[in-house]
Amino acid sequence: MIRYLSTKSLRALLTIIFVVTFAFAILRLSGDPALLIMSADAPPEAIEAFRRAWGLDQPIWEQYLRYFLNIFEGTLGRSMRDGRPALDLVLERVPQTLAITVPAFLVKLAIGIPAGIYAALHRNSFGDRALMVASVAGHAVPSFVLGLILVLIFAVRLNWLPSGGSDTWRHAILPVVTLGAAGAAVIARFTRSAMLEVLGQPYVRAAMAKGVPWHRVVWRHALPNAAIPTVTVIGFMVGTLIAGAVVVESVFSWPGVGRMLVVAVANRDLAIVQCILLLVAACMVTANFTVDLLYGWIDPRLRTSGGSNRST
Amino acid sequence: MPLIEIRDLVVDFDTGKRVVRALHGIDLALERGESLGLVGESGCGKSVTWLAALGLLGPRARVQGDVRLEGMPLLGADARQLERVRGRRIAMIFQDPTSSLNPVHRIGTQLAEALVLHRGMNDRSAWTEARRLLDRVGIANAAQRLNDYPHQLSGGMNQRVMIAMALAGEPDVLIADEPTTALDATIQAQILDLLRSLRDDGGMALVLISHDLGVVAENCQRIAVMYCGRIVETATVADLFAHPAHPYTRGLLAALPEMEGPVRRLEPIPGSVPEPWNLPPGCAFEPRCLHARGECRTSMPTPRRVAAGHSAACVRFGALVSDQAPQGTRLREVA
Repeated sequence: MIRYLSTKSLRALLTIIFVVTFAFAILRLSGDPALLIMSADAPPEAIEAFRRAWGLDQPIWEQYLRYFLNIFEGTLGRSMRDGRPALDLVLERVPQTLAITVPAFLVKLAIGIPAGIYAALHRNSFGDRALMVASVAGHAVPSFVLGLILVLIFAVRLNWLPSGGSDTWRHAILPVVTLGAAGAAVIARFTRSAMLEVLGQPYVRAAMAKGVPWHRVVWRHALPNAAIPTVTVIGFMVGTLIAGAVVVESVFSWPGVGRMLVVAVANRDLAIVQCILLLVAACMVTANFTVDLLYGWIDPRLRTSGGSNRST
Repeated sequence: MPLIEIRDLVVDFDTGKRVVRALHGIDLALERGESLGLVGESGCGKSVTWLAALGLLGPRARVQGDVRLEGMPLLGADARQLERVRGRRIAMIFQDPTSSLNPVHRIGTQLAEALVLHRGMNDRSAWTEARRLLDRVGIANAAQRLNDYPHQLSGGMNQRVMIAMALAGEPDVLIADEPTTALDATIQAQILDLLRSLRDDGGMALVLISHDLGVVAENCQRIAVMYCGRIVETATVADLFAHPAHPYTRGLLAALPEMEGPVRRLEPIPGSVPEPWNLPPGCAFEPRCLHARGECRTSMPTPRRVAAGHSAACVRFGALVSDQAPQGTRLREVA
């Protein structure tokens, strides 16, 4: 178990290092932050001073090394815009993002899982087909399109809800629905196919032959097995809680981490972008790690230790 | 009244593209404590017969006919009635024991579930009884095994667990659907011994579904031979081996090696089983039959009485029964 955990942790660390390096390289390659922030008309001395102040005049590998050393010391640099520590700026925005992503996540689960189970149990019925059409639509329509359609209907036409901003809980409704619909569609499809797969397994028939009532066959025998693939997608969604709403936050001008990322990229505010990416990578990696542990808990076949040996 | 009586059981499967008839009217009766073997090639409807009787075929199957358990109709019975029959009156075990056990639940939990359902035990006494059942089916360290998961046991052990689970409801009949096909030969013999001794002890009827005539002959009193969704011959084991009446049965016997007598070449049945959606208009065995005549091609033979308790669905059986040992060479001469 310890070996299992340590290989997993090592892999997680490598992933994070890779993400950080990639972000560093891409951002440096895509334009000079000094020119963007100071504007191209600024006097050359001022630009030179800016470069010196932020260490941009040094060789690229030195900047890279320094950046890494800083991460290990726990400092993630300062915003080139206002000089405040990048981490503080980003963390300020996290609660705003969570305020829409967490409710959206609950919506995904609350709609996606029951819908998937229902569709599987009533395979090829009208309800199943209707749900799957809705699911394909929810999956296929990009969130900015769905978001704009919702704005058009509920803000412009009906005037029931605000079209953007974050002043009241009413402002959160449309972003939550937009995020939740797409995720629920994905979970519903996964749950349905996982359930169908499991319902065709010999142990389901054997449980019925044993006289187990149908509802108990579904809850006790089929669902725990169907949970294994479903947990994978759900885990992925947990990983996106912090920065999975980039598009939706932009559509609804919601002042979260995602919106901050868009602005920071446009401004080449390197420290902010890298800080957010690091946070996203860390969340993703943690979520995957948790999913791996959950697998072992759900499926005894994947437990590496414990239990007695196979015998004949 | 027989324990189970099946009359004119017809099963169609709707595959979406076409409707395929899997059973063409099965008539079968099982007495209390009797052991019946059901023999035939894969796909001939042996398992489907019993899955249909228990309502386990799923939504794509259309089942017609009449199945009665001590007079109580099973086809069309509501779910709650069927749940009281499954496991408690009629238990069933399957070909692949390891995939018939739920991988995420402990052996003990799965056994206890059956005990709680059928004997109204509480969890604690169910666990104790589960241990006793594992002992009874010959599993060593029963107490410890209860905490194991199916993947930690071998196929043979899992089949013992399945049998223990079937015994949990103290059923009147155990349907064993190819219980040893997935197991290796030594384990096979052990499982069959176990089934036989359980039947002898408890007076439980046994239906043994197998493609292996030898297995059935050793463990059953009566045999029904199936071909393409029909029962083509039924007889006691002794009668069937001594006077096989249907050419298909004779073909099966000719394909078996003999323990005594001179070594002879085993005779395969020529041709192959027709697809269920492409059956010949007359007797389904006619294209492969060495004794077929014109009438076999046009009309479907109905079961005819050969002797007391022995019937065969073949118009030509009269000419065949007089011919004793079913050896391939002699079959050819008759033809």
